[in-house]
Amino acid sequence: MRLILLLLAGIFVNNYIFSQFLGICPFLGVSKKVETAAGMGIAVIFVIVLACAATWLIYNLILVPLGLEYLYNIAFILVIAALVQFIEMFIKKSSPSLYQALGVYLPLITTNCAVLGCAVTNMQNGYNFIEAIVNGIGGAGGFAFAIVLFAGIRERIAYNDIPKPFDGFPLALIGAGLMSVSFLGFSGLIKL
Amino acid sequence: MSKNLKVLRDGILFDNPVLIQVVGMCATLATSTSIINGLGMGLSTTAVLVGSNVVISLLRKFIPDTVRIPCFIVVIASFVTIVQLLLQAYLPAINDALGLFIPLIVVNCIILARAEGFASKNGIVPSFFDGLGNGLGFTMVLAIMGAIRELLGSGTILGMTIMPEAFPKTLLMIMAPGAFFTLGIFMAIFKHCIASKKPVEEEE
Repeated sequence: MRLILLLLAGIFVNNYIFSQFLGICPFLGVSKKVETAAGMGIAVIFVIVLACAATWLIYNLILVPLGLEYLYNIAFILVIAALVQFIEMFIKKSSPSLYQALGVYLPLITTNCAVLGCAVTNMQNGYNFIEAIVNGIGGAGGFAFAIVLFAGIRERIAYNDIPKPFDGFPLALIGAGLMSVSFLGFSGLIKL
Repeated sequence: MSKNLKVLRDGILFDNPVLIQVVGMCATLATSTSIINGLGMGLSTTAVLVGSNVVISLLRKFIPDTVRIPCFIVVIASFVTIVQLLLQAYLPAINDALGLFIPLIVVNCIILARAEGFASKNGIVPSFFDGLGNGLGFTMVLAIMGAIRELLGSGTILGMTIMPEAFPKTLLMIMAPGAFFTLGIFMAIFKHCIASKKPVEEEE
């Protein structure tokens, strides 16, 4: 039950985009079309879940026994960078069509703060291995959900007549703000 | 020297990292709830940015091209760890307020973008000024946004009450949506008033 709550809280209540501000750069950069947004969302889910597992193992099996907890930031970002590189090579070999679909977004995920943010949150909250992975699925699912919804809205905005200073990012930000208001409705729904 | 000053000015105004380059959005939105938080985040990022720019510029001849990104990240992560330990020791209140976003300076795209786009191609002195300019530009945006949100959201500036009792506090401005609205409107005004004054327009 706790795991289900953790999953739902990640998707709706603590949505990475709208309440925690993690991963805003890809959210704004890659949300012009629904298909690319969906590709990005899937890639992020994939990377976050693997990164949560890898960083949990590194932290609890290597850094804690050696008393090197203060190095967590350097260790995590290196693991994530290596992981993204590895996933990219693996997908390129095993499934060229998926590789084509994800394209340039895979390498960019290294600097998506949602990945590192998720790993650090898991560590700070002292989640166990299963909880860490579920938290990753929830957070990444929330990210994918938000980016696909937002891309749908931006596809419509593109056809409207917008005052020139607001064209592009400013209007996208205001649109995201309005969506964030609606996501506020979920707050307090789940207490962990 | 004038070239360095130009680099500094571009970082603050015409190439402002947040408003023009649109990088480092997460930290901007999340930590601009008050002036103090904005300044704390901005100055921490400036410190990391200046340090990493200088070190990467020093090492640019030794880092092999194929593994440059991991090398940059290690340099940046080291500086972030230093800043985090210093904040924990001397400014614990700021450290608690910024929380998760201090370790996340590593993945702030401003720093990697400047490392990749400037420091890896230029000498130490220009890189120092580039880091300083971009850092101050980032700090400026965070402080202004913090001021707007603090004033409208809780009626205070730097913790002192400014607005009269009767002023309706707009709690929304402190919460997540207020960040998006403030930045969106700020960006539009900035684009209209300042960015259009730049002699040669270059936008992404």
